Amino acid sequence: MLKNPGRSRFRRTLGCLVLAAGLLSATIALAGKPHITLASTTSTEQSGLFHHIIPTFTEATGIEVRVVAVGTGQAFAMARAGDADALLVHDTTGEKRFIEDGYGIERREVMYNDFVIIGPSGDPAGIADAESAIDAMQRIAEAEAAFASRGDDSGTHRAELRLWQEAGVEPGSRWYRELGSGMGATLNTAAAMDAYLLSDRASWLGFRNRQELVLLFEGDEVLFNAYGSVLIDPERHPHLKHDLAGKWHDWLVSEVGQTAISEYRIDGEQVFLPY
Amino acid sequence: MAAGNPFAIALELILERDPVLLGIVGLSLQVSLTAVAIAALLGLPLGAAIALFRFPGRGIAVAGLNALMGLPPVVAGLMVYLLLSRAGPLGSWGLLFTPTAMVIAQTLLVLPIIAALSRQVVEDLWEEYREQLQSLGSSRLRAIPTLLWDARFSLVTGVLAGFGRASAEVGAVLIVGGNIDGVTRVMTTAIALETSRGDLPLALALGIVLLLLVMLVNATAYLIGEQAKRRLG
Repeated sequence: MLKNPGRSRFRRTLGCLVLAAGLLSATIALAGKPHITLASTTSTEQSGLFHHIIPTFTEATGIEVRVVAVGTGQAFAMARAGDADALLVHDTTGEKRFIEDGYGIERREVMYNDFVIIGPSGDPAGIADAESAIDAMQRIAEAEAAFASRGDDSGTHRAELRLWQEAGVEPGSRWYRELGSGMGATLNTAAAMDAYLLSDRASWLGFRNRQELVLLFEGDEVLFNAYGSVLIDPERHPHLKHDLAGKWHDWLVSEVGQTAISEYRIDGEQVFLPY
Repeated sequence: MAAGNPFAIALELILERDPVLLGIVGLSLQVSLTAVAIAALLGLPLGAAIALFRFPGRGIAVAGLNALMGLPPVVAGLMVYLLLSRAGPLGSWGLLFTPTAMVIAQTLLVLPIIAALSRQVVEDLWEEYREQLQSLGSSRLRAIPTLLWDARFSLVTGVLAGFGRASAEVGAVLIVGGNIDGVTRVMTTAIALETSRGDLPLALALGIVLLLLVMLVNATAYLIGEQAKRRLG
């Protein structure tokens, strides 16, 4: 069994492996157009908005936008570490702090929509006729109805925590389930356990596995959900593509950009409203 | 495409040869095959060397290698992320959120599997042929290629196990690749995305396509192996 020719065939096989690894990695290394990396939220990506507006931007400027969709907390962390050229999130307080802390230089309001309270169609806490969002949250807590929380330090999670605070409720009992997941996973889980949850309207409209879930409460001012674009400080991260990111930042609030945003529909319903 | 039978959707996706899907499939294969090729290049000789040489701490190396077969992909991804982030030691290379970063993370996952299995196979073979090889005056170092070549059919199984791990994992590529549409989106991250959008039939259909793909790679490897065996008689 042990033949000497094995040696040369071994070398040949080795050579083939090296060649294959080299070729494969070489094709991977070939980069294309100029591009920026955009840190944004799962709500904008999963709603399909970027699919609608980015091609328009790329066609006009030749700049490719590569979206990394994460929770708002992680998006800030990415931008602080210098791993993203641009930032589009929905946490006004956080965005302002980002600039105050010296990471960003300019923030612009790009678009808005609202949060909605979703729950099982039976509505055990009776929130459908609640007087306000705060009232609805209080009713859920009083009924001790199952509530699914993102629990991931995202913009939606932060908004939810603010609502609980204003409602004077300390969530954390058995009925309150912190999932530590993105919007979609939270919707899936809530659908499976008939729980209430707070969702941004875009994710809700794009969600396809609703089962018993329905929209139960909407329209309160405190549910306002604003999306902002932040320019990152070039002095802190000189390696980033600030020129290209600036073009994106300006385009979003330009007439063309705002029109593109307002034209996006899911099932005939407008998802994001421009300013 | 929202409602329907996942099998029908899978069939439709394959027959339509949707360019987006083809791109995702191509990138999946490219990333995982590259990672497996690199891991085999490093892991096979590494495993053989650990099998043949006696050195202090060898027991720890063997146990460590075996334990690393269970390295959670998320942890591997996080380690590579911290390494390649601009705030990390290799940040200036600018590799985060590129397919190269995904290859690095998957190589890290596959290497222990290939090295550990290679060590076991070569060690068994060495026991068998030790006297014969030593009587021919072959040193341990020079025995490595001979033994690896002789064990090639067993080692292929280890390499395929590595490919299975690479093509099936989602945790590492999601973190270091970022699941960027058209750039770093692979089969597993696309499945995770469609699941989170609640399009479960499409997610399952993509899962079926991935399974077929992995079966295709394994069948090809099997056929090549059989043919080679037959030629050897």
